[in-house]
Amino acid sequence: MAKVLMKGNEALAAAAIQAGCKYFFGYPITPQSELPEFMARELPKIGGMFVQAESEVAAINMIYGAAGTGARVLTSSSSPGLALKQEGITYIAGAELPCVIINISRGGPGLGGIQPSQADYFMSTRGGGNGDYRHPVYAPATLQEAVDLTMEAFNVADYYRTPVIVQGDGMIGQMMEPVEFNEPKKRDLPVKDWATTGTEGKRKPNIINSLFLDPQALEDHNWKLDRKYKEIEENETLHEMYKMDDAEIVFVSYGTTSRIVKNVVDTLREEGVKAGLIRPITLWPFPNKAFTEIPENAKAILTVEMSTGQMIDDVKIANEGRLPVHFYGRTGGMIPTPDDIIAKAKEILGGAK
Amino acid sequence: MATEKIILAGFGGQGVMSAGQLLTYAGMLENKQVSWLPSYGPEMRGGAANCSVMVSDSPVGSPIITNDATSAIIMNLPSLDKFENDVAKDGILLVNSSLIERKVEREDVTVHYVPANEIANDLGNSRVANMVMLGAFLEATKAVETDSVLEAFKKVYGPRKEHLVPLNKEALERGAAAVRG
Repeated sequence: MAKVLMKGNEALAAAAIQAGCKYFFGYPITPQSELPEFMARELPKIGGMFVQAESEVAAINMIYGAAGTGARVLTSSSSPGLALKQEGITYIAGAELPCVIINISRGGPGLGGIQPSQADYFMSTRGGGNGDYRHPVYAPATLQEAVDLTMEAFNVADYYRTPVIVQGDGMIGQMMEPVEFNEPKKRDLPVKDWATTGTEGKRKPNIINSLFLDPQALEDHNWKLDRKYKEIEENETLHEMYKMDDAEIVFVSYGTTSRIVKNVVDTLREEGVKAGLIRPITLWPFPNKAFTEIPENAKAILTVEMSTGQMIDDVKIANEGRLPVHFYGRTGGMIPTPDDIIAKAKEILGGAK
Repeated sequence: MATEKIILAGFGGQGVMSAGQLLTYAGMLENKQVSWLPSYGPEMRGGAANCSVMVSDSPVGSPIITNDATSAIIMNLPSLDKFENDVAKDGILLVNSSLIERKVEREDVTVHYVPANEIANDLGNSRVANMVMLGAFLEATKAVETDSVLEAFKKVYGPRKEHLVPLNKEALERGAAAVRG
């Protein structure tokens, strides 16, 4: 299929439609509003439906309902909107329904600002809602990856019966890059025999529920969920190793920030500094294994985020105390510059001597 | 060709975003690696507008330009004030001299002054001033072929706007001529 030049928000929406999503429920918010706009325009053409809900809380509960029928459903929002959706997300996780949620995040806390930010790492990976649950979080760095991962997200959601988040920032949402729509890898998806599609008097009703008043029943349910999460950790973790073979300074960065850091790695290598990058593509499950493959000669880890430091917690867990872990970040919509990241790396390497 | 990092800046309505998109699309048609990153924010009508375009033979790393632009297309005075120092040494500045009276202060860059609005008015349509500047840029940098921009124009704006192709072609050529001198 030929490449097309698309804006990120539209490419994400088009990818969802390619993946068979026919129903969208959402509420507009910058910097992702082109996504619902695209869905409002395109879904009716393919016999689907777009609903602008009265609020984010309503939208996520419409997702809960529609996902219960087994349909492929999508909602999208930006940080404070996602915060409102957390209640619905934990219900969907508890009831084991598949859906995809796109977060084109912005600066916070509170209403914050609309410029690129990665301050939703905690909310997305630690369970913004209540209870013992997890869900996959994909963090694309380019629009092509955003398209590929969105299509994959629908398969993963169906395979494991779980909500899946695709998380970008305003840069991913607003920029244009060439994309092509390729079929994701084939999966044997289970039949949705749990869906509430009407019994026609031929079977017992399916019940979708997250309420377990008997503690033993709830514990059994939670361990069942946990086994599923272990399976996702085993099979769905994604990351990229960039120039890591002989790296002395190991950057860890994801999403759009990782693109800046890649340039930094190249610049440092031109100057003779052995730099490398571990780029998590799934934020949960976090690529812990990648940290066991850091070369012996590595001196330090430098985590770079557009936040005051959130992913760094997972970096420290994965590092298991082996190397000193440093941090450089900008927040509130400010974007780290290559020069500042390079200065921080040199400061660390200088101090390590 | 290395990586062309281009800033396009002006006020809303001058067509800097669409000129940037056409340049990006043209690069894609030539199988180059491209990205287009707009400024976005709560801007008022007529407020500042700018975008960053990458056109490269190798995959685009960061789509952000931080004081390392290889060239800049500057459509109004506030944009010159804002971006003059974001162009790298030996870079190229294309300045819309119809609206910008002052000269570029730096001496380590190549500057082309293009009276884009006058040329566009001369062509009978003030709205093609952006294409005049783009034509000047293409002549100064050879980043993509003029034909690719026109092909991109047809793809982006479709059959309903195809009658505007000759006008836009002429605008590109007049901009190029202004650079040739």
